[in-house]
Amino acid sequence: MSSLWEYANPRKFMATSGALLPWVSGLAVLCLVGGLFWGFFLTPDDFRQGSTVKIIYLHVPAAIMAINVWLMMLVASLIWLIRRHHVSALAAKAAAPVGAVFTAIALFTGAVWGQPMWGTWWEWDPRLTSFLILFLFYLGYIAMWEAVENPDAAADLTTVLCLVGSVFAVISRYALLFWNQGLHQGASLSMDAEQNVADVFWYPLVTCIAGFFLLFLALVLYRTRTEIRARRLRALLAQERTA
Amino acid sequence: MIALILRDLRLAFRAGGGFGLALAFFLIVVVLVPFGVGPETGRLSGIAPGILWLGALLACLLSLDRVFQLDWEDGSLELLATSALPLETLAFAKAIAHWLTTGLPLVVAAPLLGVMLNLPGPAYPWLAASLAVGTPGLSAIGTFGAALTVGIKRGGLLLSLLVLPLYVPSLIFGAMTATRAAEALDPLPPLALLAGLSLAAAAAMPFAAAGALRVNLR
Repeated sequence: MSSLWEYANPRKFMATSGALLPWVSGLAVLCLVGGLFWGFFLTPDDFRQGSTVKIIYLHVPAAIMAINVWLMMLVASLIWLIRRHHVSALAAKAAAPVGAVFTAIALFTGAVWGQPMWGTWWEWDPRLTSFLILFLFYLGYIAMWEAVENPDAAADLTTVLCLVGSVFAVISRYALLFWNQGLHQGASLSMDAEQNVADVFWYPLVTCIAGFFLLFLALVLYRTRTEIRARRLRALLAQERTA
Repeated sequence: MIALILRDLRLAFRAGGGFGLALAFFLIVVVLVPFGVGPETGRLSGIAPGILWLGALLACLLSLDRVFQLDWEDGSLELLATSALPLETLAFAKAIAHWLTTGLPLVVAAPLLGVMLNLPGPAYPWLAASLAVGTPGLSAIGTFGAALTVGIKRGGLLLSLLVLPLYVPSLIFGAMTATRAAEALDPLPPLALLAGLSLAAAAAMPFAAAGALRVNLR
């Protein structure tokens, strides 16, 4: 019986991720191109929002991933903290810039949509503001990784930062709700609603969400592999210097 | 622990720069604001609670890199870590010392600076109360940030990037307490939330700070 922890072995991880990577990337491209094309060109315009509604195919998946990437970093950090698997710490490191970019995409597409719809590029709405704060957390996390030279110390310090940051991200979210009533509409998607959006928009949207998720998976695998190789290279160089 | 707090206080008083600096910075921020937004008293009194809270927050941030840095450089931090005192207590004592040298003077000075910004009358006690309740939380959170960045050369900028997002909830509740008092609304709910936040930070942050210190002292 093979267990998940086998992938804590970098060699095993490299072999499996190397085999998976072309498939995941191929599927990601397929879903993204298919979903975006379907969404942009084959769906009707909304009767009130016109064609601006189509930004949903970028905005919603990016926003969903922006939060879930942080969750994934939290889980990976906890695994590093508890079981000291280096691959896990490197995966958290690899995910952070991807998450930051997703957050930036969500903020940017939201601004582009908000300009014609709300009449403003930016509104200090709790949802928008909490995403901005999430973006700042990503930046701080990335900067922390860059600033510490010892890789193990960097992994430990960023783990503590990620744990504390998660708590404060949640507190900020509720503090912002207290601070300002929002302009942003309610959640477009939720698990318990019968039908979230009309089916014509729903299927391409789900395809795009799957595409963003696969894109994230591919990028994280790719970046984690790069980190592992970089670390091997550093170890080899250190060996050569001492030999 | 008390000896450690007293030592930090003595160092702050005698070494100069540490104690008065934050207060002077607070004063300068508040004085600069009217130059930026214009001298109309109506506008100033509207934004006064926010400005005073923001100034206090920045002044608090400015003195954070001194919390562990000096002890780190001369090696006394390692000495303290090997002593019988747990690192958690050390972090807690450092936070208290930081609050006594930075937060408390700000609480006292804020009403005076409120006069300069034409803060509405009923807001004074609530502004002082919100700062008195909120700044200990800022010190506790900031001590964690200082512990994270203690081993990094020129970590001051990184420290601000890490700590400022963590200050968002405190700033919201603190400034809202004073604003609501100024607008004759009930200021108690945000003050209660702020107090809860500070208590939680004071209880939990020393553990996070000690964890970071352990990594940095390894």
